Amino acid sequence: MSAINRIDDRFGELRTANRPGLIPFLTAGDPDPAWTVPTMHALVEAGADLIELGVPFSDPMADGPVIQRASERALGKGVGLRRVLEMVQSFRTQDAATPIVLMGYLNPIEIFGLARFAEAARQAGVDGVLMVDAPVEEAGPLRETLARSGIREIFMAAPTTREARLARVAQAASGFLYYVSFAGITGADRITLGDVEGRIRELRAATAVPLAVGFGVKEPAQSAAIAAFADAVVIGSALVERLAEATDEADAVSRARAFLAPHRAALDAVRSARAA
Amino acid sequence: MAEWNASSKRSTVSAVEPLKPVVDYSAWPDARGHFGPYGGAYVAETLMEPLADLAEAYARFRQDTEAQAELDRDLAHYVGRPSPIYHAERLSREIGGAQILLKREDLNHTGAHKINNTMGQAILARRMGKTRIIAETGAGQHGVASATVAARLGLECVVYMGATDVERQAINVFRMKLLGATVVPVESGSKTLKDALNEALRDWVTNVHDTFYIIGSVAGPHPYPTIVRDFNAVVGREARRQMLEEYGRLPDALVACVGGGSNAIGLFHPFLDDVGVAMYGAEAAGSGIASGRHAASLVAGRPGVLHGNRTYVLCDDDGQIIETHSVSAGLDYPGVGPEHAWLKDTGRATYVGVTDDECMAAFHQLARTEGILAALETSHAVAQATKLAREWPKDRLVLVNLSGRGDKDVATIARREGITL
Repeated sequence: MSAINRIDDRFGELRTANRPGLIPFLTAGDPDPAWTVPTMHALVEAGADLIELGVPFSDPMADGPVIQRASERALGKGVGLRRVLEMVQSFRTQDAATPIVLMGYLNPIEIFGLARFAEAARQAGVDGVLMVDAPVEEAGPLRETLARSGIREIFMAAPTTREARLARVAQAASGFLYYVSFAGITGADRITLGDVEGRIRELRAATAVPLAVGFGVKEPAQSAAIAAFADAVVIGSALVERLAEATDEADAVSRARAFLAPHRAALDAVRSARAA
Repeated sequence: MAEWNASSKRSTVSAVEPLKPVVDYSAWPDARGHFGPYGGAYVAETLMEPLADLAEAYARFRQDTEAQAELDRDLAHYVGRPSPIYHAERLSREIGGAQILLKREDLNHTGAHKINNTMGQAILARRMGKTRIIAETGAGQHGVASATVAARLGLECVVYMGATDVERQAINVFRMKLLGATVVPVESGSKTLKDALNEALRDWVTNVHDTFYIIGSVAGPHPYPTIVRDFNAVVGREARRQMLEEYGRLPDALVACVGGGSNAIGLFHPFLDDVGVAMYGAEAAGSGIASGRHAASLVAGRPGVLHGNRTYVLCDDDGQIIETHSVSAGLDYPGVGPEHAWLKDTGRATYVGVTDDECMAAFHQLARTEGILAALETSHAVAQATKLAREWPKDRLVLVNLSGRGDKDVATIARREGITL
């Protein structure tokens, strides 16, 4: 396994600076393939610490309607795994530091070929891969192949994950662990912060990797509340919903900035509180 | 039939379909639901523990003599089992080759094999303390079978159905509503069966505390392919016994249609160790495999991951699942049960494509010669059986799973043949 990885570096920096991480998610190619890379740069300027880039899939069974529709639009414009890798490569020409995690479903990678994908992803500048339908039990071959290319496989823990299983997930975790804030699909309105905080405490005892919380985070106040106990906050559907209505590249870029900046400000206020 | 003895059967079958090395099929699936490289549980983390709970509850259910007795009673008095094996003599004579026998699953309550599985899963659901069941459906047969057992057991029932299918299958939608179920049209993706399955999984991940998901085929994550197989295996167990009792021998070949593959695995599974019994799965070749408009995942697909399991799927070079085409909505599915993928790779079963036209010809031939309207799905199996029978001598026996009746398809057939009802 390669020792150097942008995800590890970034969480190291965040820890040193006592700064909560901000992780926006967007679906590659939505609403227009040409706007994705400029939007990613805008998100970094507005305070993103890491970007999750959604790989469109025809059957996104764990996603809610917002990300489903984003996937359908992107597929309608011919954006699949190959185009996503091109976008990452293009992003890397101007940004060598911001970690990128590809998020999606296994079949496109399986059909691409695991080894071929891992090498292509490394060359493009991908740092992590989160496959929603690859739980630890089935992730072995993918994890080993990615590790040889220095790419972290990101795993999830959920409210339904019990202690024995949590230990297995924690054991397998690399990069960071993504805690799914409620039992449901992306973008639903079901987050209960008190429950999440308790679970993050349990996870903290089980693993040393950074802990990110996502699913259902919409408002800056929610980000701030989560940042009080987690290492990073993931925001997906709320941003994707904003971007969906963009009329051109400049509009997409300005929507991305306008959406993310208040979350950054809320998180920075948490940092001040932590420092005090 | 006295001259048909076991030794001549063995040698003649071998001459047609060479036997591959025998796999110990009883060893599969493994503890995590793998059939060789296929199967498993490829789902979001949130569902992993509920699936483990289901596997455990099902293991208890299998050992629970009281639960088994409840299922047996309902299969006998509510479903109407055992279903007979019928010798289609006029059809066989017209073909002029092997004898075609029909395992009459069309005579079950609700008219298809589907209720064998929904009855079992609903009893399991109630024993797990679940109060709400959900199901996905394509043509509506599994939806009707789920709504039926929900009414029988007093459970709430929600059925997800692609918006396109809701339109195409209005009668079955109405049947489900009459049975007290809520039918939810699914507007995402291609608005067909695969999207209904996605939506049912989304419901389940959200309501897993009180909800039992009755999957209708041998697809989905472990333990579903095993559960659905076991509940349908009553078909093969009965058939094996009936063959020995009524014909004094096992059939030379089994034939069943394969969409997800539940009726086929139900017939095949109890015969897997009978090496002299050949097995044929008929997939929907639609307008022909070469046309690209078909639903033949095993014949023309490749290994991938869909709906929680590794299996053969129909997808493009980017890994996106593609839309399928078949005259029969019930076979219109881009994946297939993982055990079939394993039976294909190990050579135990042979999978072939049957086109829409061949299916229709078989439908009419069976109706005309035997007075049986078979479902369009089932008619694919009948077509494959007639192909085999034509090539084989008169003393061979071909047993077809007549998995469903065709009443539901009459409007589709009329439309296809330009007839206004």
